[in-house]
Amino acid sequence: MGNMKLTLKVWRQNGPNDKGRIVDYPVNDVSEDMSFLEMLDVLNDDLVRKGEDPIAFDHDCREGICGMCSLFINGEAHGPGRGITTCQLHMRKFKDGDTIYVEPWRSTAFPVIKDLATNRSAFDRIQAAGGFVSVNTSGNLVDGNAVPIPKDDADKAFDAATCIGCGACVATCPNGSAMLFTAAKVSQLSLLPQGKPEAKRRALAMVEQMDKEGFGNCSNTGACEVECPKGISLEHIARLNREYLAAVVTQE
Amino acid sequence: MALDSKIPPGPIDKKWTYHKGHMRIVAPANKRRIDVIVVGTGLAGGAAAASLAEMGYNVKAFCFQDSARRAHSIAAQGGINAAKNYQNDGDSTYRLFYDTVKGGDYRAREANVYRLAEVSANIIDQCVAQGVPFARDYGGLLDNRSFGGVQVSRTFYARGQTGQQLLLGAYSALMRQVGKGAVQMFDRHEMLDVVVVDGKARGIIARNLITGEIERHGAHAVLLCTGGYGNVFFLSTNAMGSNVTAAWKAHKRGAYFGNPCYTQIHPTCIPVSGTHQSKLTLMSESLRNDGRIWVPAKLEDAQAIREGRKKGSDIPEADRDYYLERRYPAFGNLVPRDVASRAAKERCDAGFGVNKTGEAVYLDFGAAIERYGKLQANVLKIENPGKEKITELGRAVVSEKYGNLFDMYENIVGENPYDHAMKIYPAVHYTMGGLWVDYNLQTTVPGLFALGEANFSDHGANRLGASALMQGLADGYFVIPYTVGDYLADDIRTGPIDTKRPEFDAAEKEVVDRINHFINNKGTKPVDEFHRRLGKVMWDKCGMARNAQGLQEAIAEIRQIREEFYRDVRVTGKANEFNQELEKAGRVADFLELGELMCVDALNRNESCGGHFREEYAEMEGPQQGEAKRDDANYAYVAAWEWTGDAGKANLHKEPLTFEEVKLTQRSYK
Amino acid sequence: MARSALLGSSLAKKYWMALTGLFLVLFLFAHLAGNLQLLDMSPEGQLKFNAYAKFMTSFPVVKAISYLLYLSILFHAFDGFLLAIQNRKARPVRYARENAGANRSWASSNMALLGTLILVFLVIHMKRFWYEMHWGELGLDADGNKDLYTVVAAAFSELWYVVLYVVMMGVLAFHLLHGFQSAFQSLGLNHPKYTPAIKNIGVFIAVVLPVFFALIPVWMFVNR
Repeated sequence: MGNMKLTLKVWRQNGPNDKGRIVDYPVNDVSEDMSFLEMLDVLNDDLVRKGEDPIAFDHDCREGICGMCSLFINGEAHGPGRGITTCQLHMRKFKDGDTIYVEPWRSTAFPVIKDLATNRSAFDRIQAAGGFVSVNTSGNLVDGNAVPIPKDDADKAFDAATCIGCGACVATCPNGSAMLFTAAKVSQLSLLPQGKPEAKRRALAMVEQMDKEGFGNCSNTGACEVECPKGISLEHIARLNREYLAAVVTQE
Repeated sequence: MALDSKIPPGPIDKKWTYHKGHMRIVAPANKRRIDVIVVGTGLAGGAAAASLAEMGYNVKAFCFQDSARRAHSIAAQGGINAAKNYQNDGDSTYRLFYDTVKGGDYRAREANVYRLAEVSANIIDQCVAQGVPFARDYGGLLDNRSFGGVQVSRTFYARGQTGQQLLLGAYSALMRQVGKGAVQMFDRHEMLDVVVVDGKARGIIARNLITGEIERHGAHAVLLCTGGYGNVFFLSTNAMGSNVTAAWKAHKRGAYFGNPCYTQIHPTCIPVSGTHQSKLTLMSESLRNDGRIWVPAKLEDAQAIREGRKKGSDIPEADRDYYLERRYPAFGNLVPRDVASRAAKERCDAGFGVNKTGEAVYLDFGAAIERYGKLQANVLKIENPGKEKITELGRAVVSEKYGNLFDMYENIVGENPYDHAMKIYPAVHYTMGGLWVDYNLQTTVPGLFALGEANFSDHGANRLGASALMQGLADGYFVIPYTVGDYLADDIRTGPIDTKRPEFDAAEKEVVDRINHFINNKGTKPVDEFHRRLGKVMWDKCGMARNAQGLQEAIAEIRQIREEFYRDVRVTGKANEFNQELEKAGRVADFLELGELMCVDALNRNESCGGHFREEYAEMEGPQQGEAKRDDANYAYVAAWEWTGDAGKANLHKEPLTFEEVKLTQRSYK
Repeated sequence: MARSALLGSSLAKKYWMALTGLFLVLFLFAHLAGNLQLLDMSPEGQLKFNAYAKFMTSFPVVKAISYLLYLSILFHAFDGFLLAIQNRKARPVRYARENAGANRSWASSNMALLGTLILVFLVIHMKRFWYEMHWGELGLDADGNKDLYTVVAAAFSELWYVVLYVVMMGVLAFHLLHGFQSAFQSLGLNHPKYTPAIKNIGVFIAVVLPVFFALIPVWMFVNR
């Protein structure tokens, strides 16, 4: 086992209607090879053995791609370090004796379910409002190579499509805005010929849903771009701004 | 019950077309009267739910994650195969079919594999139409890369995140239907039982993971798209939540389990670093193109490295054992996954492992850096470059090719892989076994279907790289929409399924009793402790290499752990709340039964094939000495196990495999 | 949807914020150009300034633009107020620990505070000069124009007012530092080739405008 001793200040909240509070937990024997979530596993193991309620937190793939893990660690989404999710954060980023705050994503649109787990279904509803190309399953579509797509466009679309829907952008934004998430999908599909026919409708519908969910307004602080584990650029927000403006102006 | 695989008549390349033309279909007006439940929203489930909803069925989709987009298909890196022959390198449906059957070590059903190859090209078209940003060349056309075990370039990819992009494509199609109201989405719901009424699957019991409420959902057909069971080993590349529960409950309700012992071990994963480890991370197979795998040739060197007295770079070239190049001169470091994995284990078992735990080998880019550096110096017309200059140039080339993987490695291990050779070790990655299904993807329970990794059907005893994504989407987009209609044609007058029937009462009671047992048990140990112990037994005795004695011991040990689990597990919290310990307990309980069945199956199969290697069945002499020895005379069958109330006493049913198109031969990589 | 999309949606609010903001930047340039005349403290300079002030308050085109300006100021402030309220509501429970410095500039996350300070200053500022010019009891200069110059000189001979003015120009600097480039981003004008230039121009404006504005009261105070 490791040799670091840490003090965790963890947000505990029994349910959506509980007020919640920060609770201190000393953790000993932390190895620098542990991931942050494995360190929480060790703490939870200990809590269960003592008959106490373990800390609830979301996680699944533990390799930085599913987007399920979601902790606000020492004042930053997914903790210190860039281009990583919480599950990829390792304890060697911390020092013996550190005090670490662990909080859930804070947003009206992401209500806390329990402790550090939040409900991010708002993202699904934004996606359902228009984050798709209206094509049915069919074995008779045109060949994948029938429409060449400039490599730059395909690459840029990919850069946007790499979003994992974790919500770090919302959690980080001082305004709790979901613009980076929404923009990533709008931008991806508007860059591809397949997505162009319904680009305007999509931008209008997704923004309308985003506003309905209670997210804040983007004020271009750029914090989302910095904390995004996939490094999605503000350029995509600008593209959404353009798409939406064009849609509003030309809409009949 | 005799197994009927329902393979359509006719030559292999006409079977699917014939079948589609002769199946019954449900008229559009009638589809509105039919409900379908889809459990799991990965490639297979997401694609199936979206497609069936488009067709007009009422679909209810379930996933245990907080969003359908998080299913573990998302983690697939490499790519997806399709017989498009864009590269004009002689690819064809037949060649993809042939490669898959051979790669599966001749333990797959020919007709299914052929259909998979046949619809593969449609998948690419479908995904492009959905806006999946595949990699393209400068002409704007789709790019391909080559993958292990084949001689053509047929793998389509989206950088190292192909699974993510394909899944998000299926997810967007699914969300479109959710937005229309054609799919009712139940996220954070876990299926805990199948309800069988009059011999047909008619619904499920699910737990709302937020409130703990137990819910009944009726439907005319139930589709299980719930992935594989690699987490029975505790440590695997699967997601933490990946589990066998849905498939296992189906098994206990009468669905046979096919070839449970076929497990794929991936050779290039980051080794275990300590007892806290919760999960293993894969390093893409592509690294083996340039990395050389070795261990020290002398035991004392290996020991010195383990004790930290020496480093890999201290070992002179002459004292290194490039064991894959030594044993398999023809394929070298690029032998198939199962062969590479076993060779690593063999060296480490013999005491040559190179990390603290003794379970790691080197994957060394030193030679590649030097080679690329010299080439680059030539390109840049640098005369007499020094050693440092060559290293610098070579590193830049390697970084361009594999930079993101090297970063990922450094992030996890905390060691720079440019300076120190990477350490890797095999890890559980994929399970070829699963619920037995016929050609229509229907299990032995009518109305209960299994798609994707959850079924056993297409990969035989070993899966080729980039074929899992292909199968998931093929099943979901292009197979089930046809075959489920054939089954549902009988149900147009059934009407809504009544969930107040006694069968639902009984199933719900069983689920509630099980939950209450865990909650009320006054045990002392957390769930994970039992899971870890089970995983160790499975890995040691039913992992990369198996033998009869070990398997018998494993069965006894698993029964012991299971007994102790029910007696001594401690689950905190309540049943009617968000309770992650309770979720884990239910899953581990099922793994504890499945693990035993896997050992029973491995013990039954007295041969070595693909991912199943029995130490007793290896070539004893000749050029293939030490290699796997198949027994086609006695074991060319699918082992389909029937639940009898005890995992150890499952009934074996055999589906004989006949090979009409592909001739059975021994795989040789010497 | 069109109407609400053009007025009520979060993006529309941003467009209006950006457009009014950029217009206000343009105004600041014009304002500065006029104010720089104050540096000439000779009697001729004073007469010239008063003549300029008369022109600005009587020429019809300028008058029309000035109404647009008032509207812009009110809209910018009102819209900003709405956005700030909504943003507060989007995060009812604050973080116990937030490391804002790690990912954003101080100015970018304090635009509402900076804007409010500027608004308060604007009220004081307009009361002192704009109100006096329009409705105050001002004496006439040698040319018969209202003698605004004397009012300004009086104000800038009070130390507290000069200090307030200089400090507020610092506040304006921070507001512009984020605001200028942010307006372009809001309008969707982001391009890898041009955005760095826009950002540099923004920094330039954020430094030059307030420095020159601040120079005037300091100069007049020193030379009073």
